[in-house]
Amino acid sequence: MQWGLNWFICTLRSSIGKKLIMALTGLGFCIFLIAHLAGNLTICAGEDAFNSYSERLHALGPLVILTEIGLLFFAVTHVFIGAYLFYENFRARPEKYLIKKNAGGRTIGSVTMPYTGLFILLFIVLHLVDFHFVEKTDQTIYQIVLETFSNPGYAFFYIVSMIIVAIHVSHGFWSAFQTLGVSNSGYMSLFRVMGIVISLAVGFGFGLLPIYISFIS
Amino acid sequence: MTKAGNKSCINLKLKVWRQKGPDVKGRFETYKARDVSTNMSFLEMLDVVNEEMILSGKDPIAFDHDCREGICGACGTMVNGRAHGPEKGTTLCQLHMRHFSNGDTVIIEPWRSRAFKVVKDLVLDRSVFDKIIQAGGYISVNTGGAPDGNAIPVPQESAEKAMDAAACIGCGACVAACPNASAMLFVGAKVSQFTLLPQGLPEAKKRALAMIGKMDELGFGNCTNETECEKECPKEISIENIARMNREFLKAGLS
Ligand code: HEM
Ligand code: SF4
Ligand code: FES
Repeated sequence: MQWGLNWFICTLRSSIGKKLIMALTGLGFCIFLIAHLAGNLTICAGEDAFNSYSERLHALGPLVILTEIGLLFFAVTHVFIGAYLFYENFRARPEKYLIKKNAGGRTIGSVTMPYTGLFILLFIVLHLVDFHFVEKTDQTIYQIVLETFSNPGYAFFYIVSMIIVAIHVSHGFWSAFQTLGVSNSGYMSLFRVMGIVISLAVGFGFGLLPIYISFIS
Repeated sequence: MTKAGNKSCINLKLKVWRQKGPDVKGRFETYKARDVSTNMSFLEMLDVVNEEMILSGKDPIAFDHDCREGICGACGTMVNGRAHGPEKGTTLCQLHMRHFSNGDTVIIEPWRSRAFKVVKDLVLDRSVFDKIIQAGGYISVNTGGAPDGNAIPVPQESAEKAMDAAACIGCGACVAACPNASAMLFVGAKVSQFTLLPQGLPEAKKRALAMIGKMDELGFGNCTNETECEKECPKEISIENIARMNREFLKAGLS
């Protein structure tokens, strides 16, 4: 392989290069999740606060569109490189073990990464159909949210999805820092704890919203 | 001689992977290990089983071994789904039979990876590790008079970390234990032992890229930070070395 000459192509080709891209796009989603959660929590301040948050966000115009394009690009990259890595890893052990026990390193998050990821992809598509590409001319966003969550089946699906996102992030967050090489022994446990805190915040923050909307507000 | 029934002697049922050659289909076969002293090592237990097989005219179980004191990296199989068996920080040759109970079934399998080929039974061709070392796991020095002992100052902490990384014996348990059959703990250790020391710095960039490039080419999987390798490594090499290798890759690419 010719290193140095075409750095970008070589990075894409190499194992660590692909992992770095997974880490950067994944952390990008983590930042997005936190911002999105902060926005959604305005619903706790009432109908008007939530509607005006939505209006002001969309008043940013080109900035919103730019972020959306960025996120779409990140999503396509994360999904395709993730799928390719999964395929390569599957291929790396053609003959499976008769029995294989975990030595204590793996977590629910780490074992399920590709599957939770796939589920999140499905969720994102449905989520965009429900709340993004929905007809908004004669309904406020608050009304749409209220109506969608009044369907118990949908509320259940939404809560399960948020738990799955939390599981993905519980491994993904610290894993990204390990991949980026930032996590040496001094910081590793810090990133691990931060990952758990963020995944709990995401799981409870998003997951409790439908319950709050249906029963409390 | 103590006999089974006595506390220091046990009987076991072994389920062992038998494969006549690299391109032959293998299968599990069941054997009885009788009167195994609990003071024996795992390999000595296999020796006893093999002796009996040789006497009855059967083909003994082929397995890798050399030093039998945990320093050469030749031995190693999966034992009941764990690389080098269930004990922490132990090579197979250092695993004692006192960790097993009378009547146990023990499943013995070779490391499984596309990059490691079975030569016979439990013997593996691990020359892929040598290829990775040949790609950059060395330092180029001009020979001549022996250099002065303290001519190159090395901070204590770097020396310690480099020594910890250099403890890797190249056994391949990390690859075997990894859900992705990734070799990143091995390569991380080998990159780290040089890059932490002043002698290794001049070639750090070239070395990291060459060794990682070779590792990818040989068909190992990609690390997903499961940390199984660190848990199974007989020398307890830390995944900190994988983070350092990733850093070296980034540095080499960006500079
Ligand atoms: C809310 C959306 C998502 C977030 C916050 C997220 C976050 C992350 C993070 C931080 C990582 C760790 C990267 C690393 O280990 O360096 C990761 C890995 C991964 N993600 Fe996602 N992800 C999301 C959506 C998805 C989707 C939609 C898929 C696939 C359909 C997916 C599949 C994967 C896979 C397979 C990995 C493991 C890759 C590896 O470790 O090599 N993720 N994700
Ligand atoms: S890192 Fe540990 S498990 Fe891997 S080859 Fe070296 S000594 Fe064996
Ligand atoms: S035979 Fe040398 S390490 Fe086990």
